[in-house]
Amino acid sequence: MWDFTFLNTFKDQLLQGFFMTLGVSIVALILSFFFGVVIAGLRMSRFWLFKTFSYYYIEFFRNTPLFILVCFFYYGNLFGLQSKFWIGTIPLALYTSAYIAEIVKAGIDSVPTGQFEAAKAYGLTYFQTMIFIVLPQAFRYILPALGSQFINLVKNSSILALIAGGDLLYFTEVISSEAAFLPVYVTTTLLYLLITVPLSRGVNFLERYFSLKPKSR
Amino acid sequence: MFDYNYDFSFVFQPSTLRALWAGLLVTLNVAFWSIVFSFILGAFLGLLRFTKLRFFSRLATIYIETIRNLPLLMIILFVYFYIPNIGFLRLSIGSSVILSMTIFTSALVAEIVRSGLNSVPAGQMEAALAQGMTYTQALRLVVIPQSFRNIIPPLVSQFVSLIKDTTLGVAISLPELLHNAQQLYNIKFAAQIPLLLTVTLIYVVINYTLSLLGRHLERRLQG
Repeated sequence: MWDFTFLNTFKDQLLQGFFMTLGVSIVALILSFFFGVVIAGLRMSRFWLFKTFSYYYIEFFRNTPLFILVCFFYYGNLFGLQSKFWIGTIPLALYTSAYIAEIVKAGIDSVPTGQFEAAKAYGLTYFQTMIFIVLPQAFRYILPALGSQFINLVKNSSILALIAGGDLLYFTEVISSEAAFLPVYVTTTLLYLLITVPLSRGVNFLERYFSLKPKSR
Repeated sequence: MFDYNYDFSFVFQPSTLRALWAGLLVTLNVAFWSIVFSFILGAFLGLLRFTKLRFFSRLATIYIETIRNLPLLMIILFVYFYIPNIGFLRLSIGSSVILSMTIFTSALVAEIVRSGLNSVPAGQMEAALAQGMTYTQALRLVVIPQSFRNIIPPLVSQFVSLIKDTTLGVAISLPELLHNAQQLYNIKFAAQIPLLLTVTLIYVVINYTLSLLGRHLERRLQG
């Protein structure tokens, strides 16, 4: 039952899947963070058009299943994307960016208005205030939520398996039909944990590092 | 993007509407039972992790931390393909998805419950114990009721996620909404984008309503 010989036979596929998952996760993480911050900025702007657009953007992507977004790109051939890497990454980035936008907005809201006023009194421009005063403080507040969103992103990258996208879960399914079932899934579990556990540990570390409380231990 | 005509009228044909309706019922059915079971199991696990029962708390922690870091789709595939191998248990596709979603969501619900319980100031527990209540009484009468305020809003958004995730049942041909839409546009290709848009709309309406409800509850509870 505990036959792990597949580790040798299917080593290449497993590694390929692992790096596909890792690659999609990293690219989607960067894109979603970027979009998320931009959308949060629009959400907080004074212009009606920006505010409305970003509101519907967030609500649309937060309330639509990720797989439907993938269907639009894959089966619907929207924008004629061919590479499965991007068919997986773009919907994933859009989907996650809506969550990140909400988190970033909540973080900025959490910074006391006195900070804005004080910065203004010192003669800082709006962008200087944001970059040097507000965002660093908001960052500390949003780190935990951001971290769990990034872990969700890694998990959600498995959506690629549904379109034969060559990620870790896809190869798991392929290999498990030809090798011992349980060991294959145990291996995949460990490989996913290999990405997500360091990620959550890293976020915990940053959280403690930036914490205002006296460092414990 | 505009290389063929979209057939919107196909969506409104009686046979299409019937298939979509049947799919919606499956989606709602699976989502409902998954919510019920994952709430029960999750609340139990969260309480276990919160309590001072060293061994069980440790066990709950291992379960929660492992499941939380795995993709739901992997659990769905595992449960569906592995359970028949054990032999004595036969699951329909629907119950297989419900079981997978319960395993997955209960871990997330457990974390929500635990952090809700942690958000109640420790003084409340101490005061209750000082009043001569037993530990269970203090939990049941003092701590748990106060934790609801911090549990219900994230719980609602977790259940919105769950409803969205029922689409992953497509992987094992659960005849839910998206699956039925796919069956339909496999026959009629021109209706593909219109059907996908329709399904999106249905999901957005359901989930947006729930999200609004969640936000309403949040405001009420904070007030």
